[in-house]
Amino acid sequence: MSIEVRSISKRFGEAVALDDVSLEVATGSLTALLGPSGGGKSTLLRIIAGLDAPDTGTVLIEGEDLTTTPARSRGVGFCFQHYAPFRHLSVRRNVAFGLEIRRRPKAEIAARVDELLELVGLAHLGDRYPSQLSGGQRQRMALARALAIEPKVLLLDEPFGALDAQVRTQLRQWLRDLHNTLQVTTVLVTHDQEEAMEVADRLAIINHGHLEQVGTPADMYDHPANEFVLTFLGPATRLDGQWVRPHDLVVHPLEDGKPGPGAREGTVARVTHLGFEVKVDVDLNDDGSCWVQLSRGSAAELGLQAGQRVWVARSDATDTPEHRHPILSA
Amino acid sequence: MKGFRWRLPLRYGALVYLALLVVLPVGTVFFRAFQHGLGAAWDALTAPDAVHAIWLTFIVAIIAVPLNTIFGVGVSLILARHRFPGAWLLDALVDVPLAISPVIIGLGLILVYGHTGWFGNWLAARGITVIFSVPGIVMASAAVSLPYVVRSVLPVLLEIGTDQEQAARTLGARPFTVFRRITLPNIRRGLAYGVTLTTARVLGEFGAVAIVSGAIAGKTETLTLFISDSFNSLQPESGYVGAVALCLAALIVLTLLTVTDRDRDAWHGRAAA
Repeated sequence: MSIEVRSISKRFGEAVALDDVSLEVATGSLTALLGPSGGGKSTLLRIIAGLDAPDTGTVLIEGEDLTTTPARSRGVGFCFQHYAPFRHLSVRRNVAFGLEIRRRPKAEIAARVDELLELVGLAHLGDRYPSQLSGGQRQRMALARALAIEPKVLLLDEPFGALDAQVRTQLRQWLRDLHNTLQVTTVLVTHDQEEAMEVADRLAIINHGHLEQVGTPADMYDHPANEFVLTFLGPATRLDGQWVRPHDLVVHPLEDGKPGPGAREGTVARVTHLGFEVKVDVDLNDDGSCWVQLSRGSAAELGLQAGQRVWVARSDATDTPEHRHPILSA
Repeated sequence: MKGFRWRLPLRYGALVYLALLVVLPVGTVFFRAFQHGLGAAWDALTAPDAVHAIWLTFIVAIIAVPLNTIFGVGVSLILARHRFPGAWLLDALVDVPLAISPVIIGLGLILVYGHTGWFGNWLAARGITVIFSVPGIVMASAAVSLPYVVRSVLPVLLEIGTDQEQAARTLGARPFTVFRRITLPNIRRGLAYGVTLTTARVLGEFGAVAIVSGAIAGKTETLTLFISDSFNSLQPESGYVGAVALCLAALIVLTLLTVTDRDRDAWHGRAAA
């Protein structure tokens, strides 16, 4: 294990930031700490880096207990949400900083900086100052700066948080590729579940200072440990008192064909077109309501309209009851 | 445009105001200083009491300004980077010299460090004279110019935040390295401004120094006291020349700071080229 945190707790005054969190991060993995803002994930990252001290608990990096080791001696690369560029230093000197204070020979520093700038695609911008860079370029400079010290682990706090949507998507892919090249153990903090699922190979979901669940994105999407994970990781709705993904439901006008087993009758309340996806809200006869996610094509085929009588069922409802897997019993 | 007819009167109004209050009086002092030729001005400037006053002012500045620079940066760092009970009190106390008259500061110093003051006997027993002597003048000058570095540096520290410092720490920098390589370059402009204000205040201070120094010609007279003394003892020419010397000193400080700032910028320019 590259990073191991054991029973970490941290309070800020009365507020509990982390409550008895234990987590292991495998060497070479890319793990996302995912959760809503203010849930404690950034605090956990800062505790791993040594920028905050836990009230109780232990931090091990490569098996070594570093709980009381100052940040400067942990060998951890940290990227801040707003990149924290050294404004008075050129891009080259920013990247060289960690090596300069280690008093490495000048030629070695120059060679290493060239290599890193090449890696992050900033080779032509080495003499610029941070104020002359775009957000994405600053982010890549901050990454190169953190990588310069050959960190044992790389910690990224909301790495794409301050970027606009387009750059964000590009950088995600780029980060994924970079990780494949370097294989350095990486932990990133994000509140965006789509981003986490796209970039990370493991997710750790943190909410209200608790670690809710750890696993692969696909596994957690299909087998969430609790209601919070279920609703946080993707769309969810309820039918028969059970949580279902709305794309796992089928809807049909009542007049065509017989309702399948386990189907519920209701009335279409609203049909919302969201590009490729179509959202159908249904008021159920018995109680409550649910919504169904359809592709544009199948929605057109069904020709659903508000006020129409329909039936709704789980798409796996034709299976025998024993084979049905409610993803989570409510 | 609506404000147009007010623009010219406003512009000239500002000029006239400045001329009446600053340009005309200072210009007249310069004119008077050289009224009897350069030779006479030089003689007045090199008279023993004048030379001593210049020397003393220089000594006071060279001690008080660095003291307040170190103190000011230290207090700014404490106020900006640490939370502790009583921080508001420290913050408020720093401003006291701005709020109260320098004369009161001078009086206070005498009450505490004078012969009959709290530490008077203790100091006298060790042969240290504070009041009517150089240490007292330095203390008075330092006291009145104390807020300027803090008030110029603290806002900059708060504005730059702690991100860069934390980044430097994760990259392996020790606290002093973080200060020297990250914090200091970031506050450099604010600090230069604060040091300039401090120096100007130390050079120009009159009230507090007048009280604690006793204004003994050739012994405890700084330039401002020398000017006032010359004027009162009907040797105004010496006073005018002293005033010109004081102005020049302030100009030199300003120029030095501008030049060092430009040097740094030139260095940046080369790096960026």
